[in-house]
Amino acid sequence: MNLLTLTIKEARRALQSKEFSAVELVRAYIDRIQTHDSKLGAFLTVDESGALSQAKRADAQIAKGITKKLLGIPVACKDLYSTRAVRTTAGAKIIDTYKPPYNATVVDRYLEAGAILMGKTNEDAWGHGSSGENSDYFPTRNPYDTTHVPGGSSSGSAVAVAAGFSLVGTGTDTGSSIRLPASFCNIVGMKPTYGRVPRYGVISMASSFDTIGHMTRTVYDNALVYEVTAGADPRDATTPQVPVPMYTESLGKSLKGLRAGIPKEYFRSNGIDKGVREVTMTAIGKLESLGMRVEEISLPHTEYAMACYYVLVPSEISSNLSRYDGVRFGATRDTFGAEAKRRIMLGTHALSAGYYDAFYHKAAKVRTLIKQDFEKALEKVDVILAPVSPTPPFKLGEKVNDPLAMYLSDIFVCPVNIAGVPALSVPCGFAGILPIGLQIIGKQFGEQLLYQVASAYENETEWYKKPAIL
Amino acid sequence: MTYEPVIGMEIHVELKTKSKMFCGCPAKHFAKEPNTQTCPVCLGLPGALPVPNKKSIEWTIKLGLALGCEIPLFSKFDRKNYFYPDLPKGYQISQYDQPFCVNGSLSGVRIRRVHLEEDTGKLQHTTLDGKRVTLVDFNRSGVPLVEIVTEPDIRSPEQAKEFLKKLYQIIRYLDISDADMEKGSMRLEPNISVRPTGTKALPNYKVEVKNINSFNFVKKAIEFEVDRHIKLLESGETPVQETRGWNEGKGVTVSQRRKEEADDYRYFPEPDIPPARWDSSQIIGIKLQIPELPDQKAARFKKEYQLNDYDTALLTDTKQLADYFEECVKINKIPAKKLVNWIINKKVDIDDVLPATLVKSIIAATAVVAIPDEDLEKTVQTVIAENPKAVEDYKKGKQQAMMFLFGAVLKQLKGAGDKNLIRELLEVKIKS
Repeated sequence: MNLLTLTIKEARRALQSKEFSAVELVRAYIDRIQTHDSKLGAFLTVDESGALSQAKRADAQIAKGITKKLLGIPVACKDLYSTRAVRTTAGAKIIDTYKPPYNATVVDRYLEAGAILMGKTNEDAWGHGSSGENSDYFPTRNPYDTTHVPGGSSSGSAVAVAAGFSLVGTGTDTGSSIRLPASFCNIVGMKPTYGRVPRYGVISMASSFDTIGHMTRTVYDNALVYEVTAGADPRDATTPQVPVPMYTESLGKSLKGLRAGIPKEYFRSNGIDKGVREVTMTAIGKLESLGMRVEEISLPHTEYAMACYYVLVPSEISSNLSRYDGVRFGATRDTFGAEAKRRIMLGTHALSAGYYDAFYHKAAKVRTLIKQDFEKALEKVDVILAPVSPTPPFKLGEKVNDPLAMYLSDIFVCPVNIAGVPALSVPCGFAGILPIGLQIIGKQFGEQLLYQVASAYENETEWYKKPAIL
Repeated sequence: MTYEPVIGMEIHVELKTKSKMFCGCPAKHFAKEPNTQTCPVCLGLPGALPVPNKKSIEWTIKLGLALGCEIPLFSKFDRKNYFYPDLPKGYQISQYDQPFCVNGSLSGVRIRRVHLEEDTGKLQHTTLDGKRVTLVDFNRSGVPLVEIVTEPDIRSPEQAKEFLKKLYQIIRYLDISDADMEKGSMRLEPNISVRPTGTKALPNYKVEVKNINSFNFVKKAIEFEVDRHIKLLESGETPVQETRGWNEGKGVTVSQRRKEEADDYRYFPEPDIPPARWDSSQIIGIKLQIPELPDQKAARFKKEYQLNDYDTALLTDTKQLADYFEECVKINKIPAKKLVNWIINKKVDIDDVLPATLVKSIIAATAVVAIPDEDLEKTVQTVIAENPKAVEDYKKGKQQAMMFLFGAVLKQLKGAGDKNLIRELLEVKIKS
């Protein structure tokens, strides 16, 4: 088995046909992690014994002829996901030794579908960051070039998939945190509709923005995992009762007659890198050749998106992080990292009496306008196409001392979280040796169409077949 | 100069729902082993989320409607951010600018709002292994708590007490809380200031007395505060805006916390809970669940059963007693007035004696078994003839002798016969 190119689809077939066992698969991944992860820093905790015992159970089930969507499939969980009795740090040293007494709903869904939890992946602490460098432990490195960042905040999970340490990497996306690392690591990342996948048990960053998604090598794999994770949860009041379609069934359908919008505000932006622009335009051309009708659209409030985001998100963060007071568990508050402290300060200020109207309240109004921008645009077109990042993966240390420059790497992805709609990042080429992703944005609960478009594109281009070489 | 008190009330009431406000843990927490009724949600563990208890929202609205409030068709929860060791999330889920109920009134006092929030854990200050420590019990964390806020319309300590008693009665009628003040499920906080009689403006200060657990203590605390404020004002000072506590042992209030600046709780809409949007049929549905309330019931009892104010007040004190009375009435054998006398004077245990049983025993105890007049007369004659000594004694003025003779007649008749007639006959026969 070649773990660098293996997909869930292939692994399932091989497990069914007893080409290899789940135990063999897990051992191979553990060996690979032990050999290579010291260079990359993808994992904070590897649960070797837990993974092996789950693999044994999976093999016993396979032997009995039991079939489940993810039976025997390794998954690496971002460390924001609560995992029962397995250390869960959120990438933050303040809860360095915390072991949750319960599983996140989505972790239970993976386990019920037969998946094997390999361990917990590194991330920007609490999800605060776009590069992976804000981990309180160590930065994660891009497997395509280890002097470059893998994108964040779900940095470890993206690298785990790209480097062949796991078949699924789970993530959270509050502003960019799945799409950015997916695009920087040449894999497929789904940022779901807000409320489509339950947040229960996933440590909150900004509750009204957080979405719970995942990264895989291919579009098919991604759609298959989504069939497992999506759906309402009685423990999360923000998950509506919307039926979950079989996402894999939309794959392979023709794109003829579908309309795609290109936001003029994004492409006229000066900050967009030449290489990224070229690769993205080529990808859009490819989709046109597959029958999509492409037209320019407008998202008129785009220029206010980052300001809106950096008022509302820190406000919720300042409240969500106040439980880490060291009274019941964890270290004291001076243990918070610099970025967490920065956001606590920003949010506390924005919510303060006398400032609330000028900041929080105003930003909430802008949020409505941005939401309407997307609603209006998506009445005219079926999907919106855009780059994920204005630049290819940047160098470690390049932006770490310039928080504003770091924030601006999310300029094409943050507005999607403000609007609450779904978006997918799919590999669409390279700038030199560095991967670039295409963002496909859709209507609320319209993920099926995103998969349809992405899979048609992937079938033509197969960028995922160009793995990182370690 | 004369002064008049200006008093507003804040009342917290724990609802007696089966489960807590945002999780499935039992809400009944009194005298339970500490930290045995907790889960990730009410412990505020990382990642846990609140899901609101529908019943607690319905009950809040029920109370609001019973207090004549308007129910806005849009409402939401907000986060009240502050640090305290008994507050595991670092914020309390409460309601800020759009509570479930607004603009009601009770006994002439305007109700500003009725909103729903979660209770906190409880701190226990104790000594453990020789060290003074503070322990936290989270059994109470997340229990639904309703807050009722009045306008500053109360003008005397007595009025405050009467208002609270009426509120208590309504809460008990609605059966939404034990409202047991000793167990802390009803907590009372008067806001007190005074102003020169005749002025209309609100005073430029107020003093809040926190967490009082009896109506009488509220009255006493207000009396104490009003005296204190008047003395200060007379000497040219303005009382300090502050929070005080009631010390029952000494009969005084004591300063707890100065409030020079308003607290900044950094309220913002609770993002984990979607806002509530009602349609008016839902509100009507809740309204239909409200039973007849004490004042309406009292008016009806007076009219329907021809009862006086005193009896009516006693009977309608609790819904249980009023219902019991009406069930007895329905059996339709005993006049209402007679029932009231039995139920109230004989202190009938309404939890123990079924209405039908009570009616039966009243009938048995007061029944008159008819005896033909000739038989009655004959028996009286016989008793007089058989007890010449007693007859003589009575004639000499010994009242006990009559009692003896009366008893003897009853004995022979085995308790039957009209008692008044027997007494009359005895007197007539002896005298003749």
